[in-house]
Amino acid sequence: MLEQFLHIAAVAAFLKEYPFIATYVVPVAWIVVKILALILPLLIIMAYLTYAERKVLAAIQLRQGPMMVGPYGLLQAFADGIKLFSKETIIPSGADKTLFIIAPMITFALSLVAWAVIPVGGGLVLANINVGMLYLFAISSLGVYGIIVAGWASNSRYAFLGGLRSAAQMISYEVSMGFVIVAVMLATGSLNMTEIVTVHRPLWVTALLFPMFVIYVISALAETNRPPFDLPEGESELVGGYNVEYSAMTFALFFLGEYLNMILLSGVATILFLGGWLPPFGIHALAVVPGVLWFVLKVCFILFVFLWARGTLPRYRYDQLMRLGWKVFLPFTLVWVVIVAGALLYNHALPGQTLSGM
Amino acid sequence: MATELLTQYLPIVVFLGLAVGMAVLMIAASYLVGKQNPYGEKDSAYECGFPPFGDARAKFDVRFYLVSILFIIFDLEIAFLFPWAVSLGKIGVFGFWSMVTFLGVLTVGFIYEWRKGALDWE
Repeated sequence: MLEQFLHIAAVAAFLKEYPFIATYVVPVAWIVVKILALILPLLIIMAYLTYAERKVLAAIQLRQGPMMVGPYGLLQAFADGIKLFSKETIIPSGADKTLFIIAPMITFALSLVAWAVIPVGGGLVLANINVGMLYLFAISSLGVYGIIVAGWASNSRYAFLGGLRSAAQMISYEVSMGFVIVAVMLATGSLNMTEIVTVHRPLWVTALLFPMFVIYVISALAETNRPPFDLPEGESELVGGYNVEYSAMTFALFFLGEYLNMILLSGVATILFLGGWLPPFGIHALAVVPGVLWFVLKVCFILFVFLWARGTLPRYRYDQLMRLGWKVFLPFTLVWVVIVAGALLYNHALPGQTLSGM
Repeated sequence: MATELLTQYLPIVVFLGLAVGMAVLMIAASYLVGKQNPYGEKDSAYECGFPPFGDARAKFDVRFYLVSILFIIFDLEIAFLFPWAVSLGKIGVFGFWSMVTFLGVLTVGFIYEWRKGALDWE
């Protein structure tokens, strides 16, 4: 597309006159266009995720859910967005004002930036770096900062406790998530997100990785502070947790960040375990449907599991949460990584395995 | 080669700039559009209607420190495991058993922490 545009005679002549524009401005502008092409659908999906959440919860609880704004309440998310946008930005007098404003920005920016390495279709990736998975892991680790900074800067007891709890919870589950990722890396032999999808995976390897998929999804619930692990914002004990003092757009950014993270972790699960944009179960006939659509459908499936869990499960107690993370998931994933590695090694199924290594 | 590697990361830098810009713009625009009417009571910390006693940033449970220390150990371990996992096909059996030994040593430490009760919250 860009090449065709650049070969229009007038454009080519113009660029020859100004080499600075040709070498710097045009590539960057093209990157910005691609980023916007990624962000805008993402934000729309995020808006409809909040709508879907309310509709799914309503269906589980035999209610109607939002139905007044637009047909079937389809415009509800935008009405909420406009409402939040036009509210007063309250900055508590005791707060550290700079950090108080910066914290939601951190959460929001990080949850967007992580999408740079996610391939939403064959070749449809913003930055096809060879350490994509490592980058994602780093960005999701940084996500803790937004929440702990918010909790500390608010100078409110509820927010402070919520921030602490949230940080402890997120780092606890990040450990088991790391082991899950290592297990997948063993099967794919690459940190590049595109290669993770395209590398051939025998059926028994998929079966071997299935328990890791379950642990990944549960850890993702804990990472994003979703029910049943929504203790950082447990309404009955901490009012609103780390974002109790936030209002208007500063609150909206936390909200956006949280939902974008949900979509992100579902996307990563899709890439690691569900074959990304490839048609399901390896059925080639289904490839007539564009890969992007398969990717979105798979992401929606995992997101539905998120919502389903919220509608079904009661909230965990904090000691139960920590017990699950440290005493169940951590030992299990640790042992499972060794089992996966051993099974792949002794079946000569490791990618790039040479016999000289034996 | 080096510049080629760096240009791969250019979209990420642009993306970061754009994301931060969007965040700043959204908050600034909302601040300008919304009617701002701050006063003392509204801006006080939220706490049951009473003025809060003292500073909220008080002492907190030592277990949070324990969790973060444990996290550092295991996260570093995962950082070791990443390159090992990617290259296990090349380093073969020797690489596998080296890592099993390393994980075994860590497991001993983990069992010790478990028995000491560092993982318990009551």
